[in-house]
Formats: sequence, C-alpha cells, structure tokens
Amino acid sequence: MTAFAAEALDGAFADAPAEASRAFRAALDAMSRPGTLQHAGGARPPAPLPPAAGALALTLVDAETPVWLAPELRAGPVEAWLRFHCNAPLNAAPEAAAFAFGSPASLLAELDRFAIGTPEYPDRSTTLVVLLDAFEGAEAELTGPGIRGTARLALGSSRAEILALAAPNRALFPQGRDLFLAAEGRLAALPRSTRLREV
Amino acid sequence: MYVAVKGGERAIDNAHAWLAEARRGDVSVPELSLAQIREQMTLAVNRVMAEGSLHDPDLAALAIKQARGDLIEAIFLVRAYRTTLPRFGHSVPLETSEMAVSRRVSATFKDAPGGQVLGPTFDYTHRLIDFALAAEGEAPEAPTAPPLAERTPHIAEFLDAEGLLQSEPEGGETPSDLTRQPLAFPADRALRLQALARADEGFTLSLAYSTQRGYGRNHPFVGELRVGMVAVEAEIPELGFAVEIGEVELTECETVNQFAGSRTEPPQFTRGYGLTLGHCERKAISMALVDRAMRWKELGEDDVGAPAQDEEFVLSHCDNIQATGFLEHIKLPHYVDFQAELELIRQLRREAEAAQAQARAEAQAAKEAAQ
Amino acid sequence: MTAAAPTRADPDYNFAYLDEQTKRMIRRALLKAVAIPGYQVPFASREMPMPYGWGTGGVQVTAATLTPEDTLKVIDQGADDTTNAVSIRKFFQRVAGVATTEATAEATLIQTRHRIPETPLTEGQILVYQVPIPEPLRYLEPRETETRKMHALEEYGLMHVKLYEDIARHGHIATSYAYPVKVEGRYVMDPSPIPKFDNPKMSNSPALQLFGAGREQRIYAIPPWTEVVSLDFEDHPFDPGGAREACALCDARGVYLDEVIVDDAGGRMFVCSDTDHCRGRIEAGHVGASAPAAAPHGAPA
Repeated sequence: MTAFAAEALDGAFADAPAEASRAFRAALDAMSRPGTLQHAGGARPPAPLPPAAGALALTLVDAETPVWLAPELRAGPVEAWLRFHCNAPLNAAPEAAAFAFGSPASLLAELDRFAIGTPEYPDRSTTLVVLLDAFEGAEAELTGPGIRGTARLALGSSRAEILALAAPNRALFPQGRDLFLAAEGRLAALPRSTRLREV
Repeated sequence: MYVAVKGGERAIDNAHAWLAEARRGDVSVPELSLAQIREQMTLAVNRVMAEGSLHDPDLAALAIKQARGDLIEAIFLVRAYRTTLPRFGHSVPLETSEMAVSRRVSATFKDAPGGQVLGPTFDYTHRLIDFALAAEGEAPEAPTAPPLAERTPHIAEFLDAEGLLQSEPEGGETPSDLTRQPLAFPADRALRLQALARADEGFTLSLAYSTQRGYGRNHPFVGELRVGMVAVEAEIPELGFAVEIGEVELTECETVNQFAGSRTEPPQFTRGYGLTLGHCERKAISMALVDRAMRWKELGEDDVGAPAQDEEFVLSHCDNIQATGFLEHIKLPHYVDFQAELELIRQLRREAEAAQAQARAEAQAAKEAAQ
Repeated sequence: MTAAAPTRADPDYNFAYLDEQTKRMIRRALLKAVAIPGYQVPFASREMPMPYGWGTGGVQVTAATLTPEDTLKVIDQGADDTTNAVSIRKFFQRVAGVATTEATAEATLIQTRHRIPETPLTEGQILVYQVPIPEPLRYLEPRETETRKMHALEEYGLMHVKLYEDIARHGHIATSYAYPVKVEGRYVMDPSPIPKFDNPKMSNSPALQLFGAGREQRIYAIPPWTEVVSLDFEDHPFDPGGAREACALCDARGVYLDEVIVDDAGGRMFVCSDTDHCRGRIEAGHVGASAPAAAPHGAPA
C-alpha cells in the first residue's frame, strides 16, 4: 500500500456515533452563537484540511451531499481522504454543491456561483467551509441572531476576504450562504443572518 | 386532599403486560404460529408487506401476530423496522413482462397471447359462508397445468404497436426516493406512484371509487391485471453485471383509459398504473385509477376539482401511518391547551354577559326615561 | 424526584437509535434552521418506533443532537411524569444511555410538548419542541404550495385578517395556544401548541430552541438572543393571559396553572403545570392553600 493510500484510510472518528455527536454539537453551538470558537476534534485529515474541517466533513458530508473542492484540495490526499471516509460526490459544480471547502481566496473566486437557495426554499444553498490557519489578529464585529449585543471574531489577514464572502448575505436574506470557519481543531460559524464589520 | 398523579411509568408497564395477555387470548386455545399466519392469512400478510414497503412474509406475519391482527399497526411495525435496515444498494428495474403469472386477466380483449389465467380469485365465488371450513378439513387439491413456457407480453404492447395508446418512454433518470427526501410539490409521476404504492388501501380504494362516480372520471378499462413472481436482479460492481438475488410476488395493473384528446395530445388511449408487493389486486387497480386521475395536468385535461386529481391532497393524506398517528395522538394529554381554551371561553362569556347586562340596563333606563 | 446517571446504551441499537446517515441528514437541516431563524426546513423524517403525533419530530431532533455527556429532561404538559414524557425519557435512556433529570437547571437538553419550563433557561441549554403542525398559516390555507409562497413573499396579510376578525367578533384575539409569532422581523412561525402565556419566554432566550415536526417533515429553530414577537395590533396589544389564582400547593403566582377537578360536586383547585418548578418551591418552604402537610407535591404517592 502506498503512503498516499494509507493516509486516506486513516484519521476518521474512532467511535463515530459519539464523536460525530460531539462534533455536531460544536457545529450547532458555532452556528447558534456566531463569533464563538468551538472545539471540534476526533478527526485527523491530511493537510491542508484543518482537523476541525475534517470533523465537520465526517459529521455532515455523505453520498447525498455534492461537494465542491477548491483547486488546492483536488487530486491530492484531501480528496482521497474525503472520498474514502465520506463517500461523497467530490466534483460538484459550485451551483450544485451542498458544501464547498477551500481557502478564503479560492471560495471568493467562485462566490457568485455557489447556491443561495430559492425564495421558497432558502435552505437549498451551499455551505462554505472556509479553511484558515488560525483565529488570530484583525477582528470583525458581529451582530445578529445568536449574539447578545455584539461579538468579536479574530480573522487576521483573511478578514477582508471573509467579510467579502459574507457581504452578499445582507441583501440576499433569507437566501444566502452560511459559513463555517475552521482553523486547527477549532470551528466558528457565520450564518447568513450575521452582520459583520471591521473593527 | 389532592395529590398529583404519579406512577406513569408503572401504569405503562402494567398496560403493556395486559396487552401481552390480551394478545394471547384464551390459553386453552393453541397459539398461532407464524407459519400459520404466513400460509393461511396470505392476503393480510401481502397487505402488510405492500403498505409496509418491505418484502418479508415472515416479518409481516410476526407483525400481524404482535399487532393482534390490526393491520395498520402491523404495517407500522414493519415500517419502523424497515427504517433501521442498512441500504446496500438497489435492484435494476424489475421486468414484469417476464413475470411467472399465477393470475392474468384482461377486460379489454377476449383472448391474447398468454391467455387469461384466473388464478386463485374470489371473483366468481358465491359469498356464502362456508361452514365446511369450520370443520378444519383438508383442502381439495386444485388441478394443475404445466407452466407457460413463453413470456407473457403486456396487453398494452398490442395497443402500443398500433399507436392507439399513449407511449410511455423509458425514463433514464434515477427517480427520487420518498423515504430519503422530504415530499415536495409538484411531485413527478414516479414520486406519486411511490406514495400510492405504500398508500392505505382503503383510502386509495375510496378515491378510485370517487373517480368512477364522476369526481374526475377517466373511463378506465382494466387492460391487464397480473399477479406472479418476478426475479429481482442487482448490479454487483465487482462483477460488472446483474445477478438474480431473489424473486418477489407482485400485482400489476395497467388501465387503458378513454381519452378524447386535448390541446396538446391527439385522441388516443392513456394509461393508469398500479404496482404492489404481494397479491393485492384491489389496491393495484385503485392505484391505477388514482394515478390516471392525477395525470390531468400532463395530459392537458381540465382540473374539475375532484379530490383524486389533487396530488397535494392525495399524497399528503394517503399514508395510513401518518394519518393514524396524528388522529390517535389526540388521546394524549392536552391539559395545557385545554386550560388556555377554558380561560379564554370563560373570559368571552364574562364579557358577553356583562355586555348583555349593560344592554338590559340601558333598555330599562330608556324605558323609564320614556315613562 | 427521579434522576438517573448515564447507563450503557442498548448495544442492539446505534447510539441514540438513528443510523449515522439519518443523523447527518437531520443535522444538516438543523444547521440551516438555525441559520434562517423561523424558517421551516424540510427534512426526510423517518418512521420512528413510536407513532407520528407522539413527538417523532422532537425525538429525531433530540436523537441527532444528543451527545453521551448530555443530561436529558423530558416534559409533557409541563410535567416529567406524564405518560408521553415517561415513554420518551425511557427510550433515550435505553438507546443513548444518557443521564436524565427532572430538574430544569440540571438539564443540558430538554424535550418538551406544549410548555416552556418556568425556571428561566440558561446559556448552553437546548430546548426541543414537539410540533404537530409547523405551518402557522395551515388552518388559513391548507396547501403547502400556497403557504410556501406566502412565506417567500413575506405575505402575512391572511394571518392579520384572521386575528382582526377575532377582534371584531370577540373583542380579543381568540387564540389561546399555538399563538403565532414573528421571528427576528422576518418569518411568521408556529410556536407549537404552547399556551400563549409561554410566548414571551421564547424571545431573547439564552437557550437554543429547536422545533421538530416528524409527520410534516419540518425542522425550524430560534437561536439564542433572537427577537420573537407575538403578532398583535397597536390598539390590541398581545396579552399573555394567565391564571389569577396562586398554585394551591406551592403558592406560586405568575406561573401557568392546571385546573384540577377534585370532587363530584365540581370543586376545583389550581396547581402548577410545571411539576419541577412546583417541587422546588415546596422544598424551599413555600406553602399553598391546599398543600398536604406530609405529602408534598411530587413525592411518591
């Protein structure tokens, strides 16, 4: 077996029902309380997929969810890992994707093509999983449902791109795209209902 | 003195014990075996399989026993079990023209290749209670004939060849799955047929009957009704071809419906289609009539407002597990809502009485003033 | 009070009963529901081993949300010991092995039918509602195809007309439970058949509120700190109502009371609907007018 294949077989949840339940609660807490950082562990995906994004994929992605992968994730160990563990269609067009994984810049390049849902079914939208290095540095101020008053989230050098990813949501609501942000073992979310500004 | 009712848990346990005892009935009477139910209550077993959407006669027999013969309850047990089963794959489409028929009748042609096979039918029995059955004697042996060697073609093929029947092109796309995706409207025909295949027999029958009486009449002839065994084949990815993994009994009904033509279609016959697991011919015929009624839009017919034409009405109410659950849940406590209604109705009555009293007083005052 | 420590889940079933694929499907729907507060997300509800109408939507939401570390409370009509609550609690004890409690403050996840607990919920708690008919416009327009359009267009005139007709006829809005609300200024939402008395508790709650309708295949949510407004008119503001009496057992006022008929002559008394809240007050020394000295409410009979 090649090292490449071995890497693809490794790193899933050891106890899937329990660890997926915990990772889901982290995702649910993140989505319910925008700006908070949640620990999402249990997965050891190959780089550059952060462990938190791996846990999210194992918890939410399967054969019923077409996935769009950014160019930097394609045809490498990340794609092999997702294919093996999630059994998901990984070559979806952005318009058809239930989930899109990539760096802020890669997602931003295709942003207009990702689904925003329809007026009658705004849930039929693409969820963007934004891969970051860390939650550090320059901050954004958040308001909206799930936030008591205001919250702050450190986005560092990706701040402008992330604000741009979320920016169309204000005018599109209730259509729009929800964002998960993943760095190392931590997860944050920016649902379409969250308003952001630089601080 | 009032003490809040406690002991819900013990009450539930006791009720379950009583249920088990009632299920067994008089212990001096021998207990039913699953094999007896499976072999001698076959049409009940078939209905449970059809509406439970699971082909397993032994499991259906067990469900009937557990449900004390309440078929909707038995269907529910099968459905709840079904959802826990892993899904390994799906079969290739069944080929009902390859069916080994045990019954095959057509109302449109006196004879056709393959012939009319009456099979085990109630149709021509006199509905006289047969007291001989009470004596538990051996059944007389039925005469047998060699099975038909050739395939039994569908009657519709003959009409189709003449161009008199609307053709039904084979759809290449994978139909959506009612059990995996939430029902949304408008529903395509594949989805409607899926819903009808597991729909309550009584509901489907009554809707079909309503179309015959003029609520969306579509002039059906039973082009063909066939019952028999059909092979189930599945693609095995490792082998690269389909292999037979078993066979199931099916009932298929194709109706031929009169159709004068519409804005978009020339005059021709059209079809309604019914298919069920097991031998369930009343259900299969009903299904075909309701299917045809719901096709009004694609055929450019008028919506006459008949219940059977209304796919949202039909599909939202045809599932007896959903229906019985919601109906029976009104047995559950609703103290809180009832209390809210009590408060409201008392308030409304107080206000109404006060208003009446004031009106009387005003009338009295006016009367006195006039005097 | 019955509380139970975590136990070993029944090995014949997956953790929390549902298979992982079904959980993923429900989890995806839940995240969308939270992201679009008050919007009904369709989901492919599964047949559960309990009838539709018995809380299958709530049970599926709970099953998809529970972790092994959770402490679960289940109430029906405000009480932990009504048959439906007992049955659902037992189900999760068996298939998930989670700890259970009757104390609102100790629970991390509360599944409810028809009530919101009196004890204020806190940050980190999740309240799961069982919902029979999730569509607030359903009794005004039976077609889903039509009501979906109304939500899409934010066209809620029909609801206002209905409420105004009530006022014209009765002088009030004659809806006492399942009183419609508007979430964060956008979607009109059915709060499930809670008494309107409970409606104000939904707004700006520190807890996450999730709603599951199994038969109708819908999930919706109210995130924490989200504005929930009961529909009303300027000249007829929303009135939560509520009993004028105090609880006969714990003397609580400003809580929701059940009316209980106590004798053949139609004598009646009012007691807390929330049995855990009542027990807590009795233990703290509050005494109602009909409190039995030796057998407090909630003690084994």
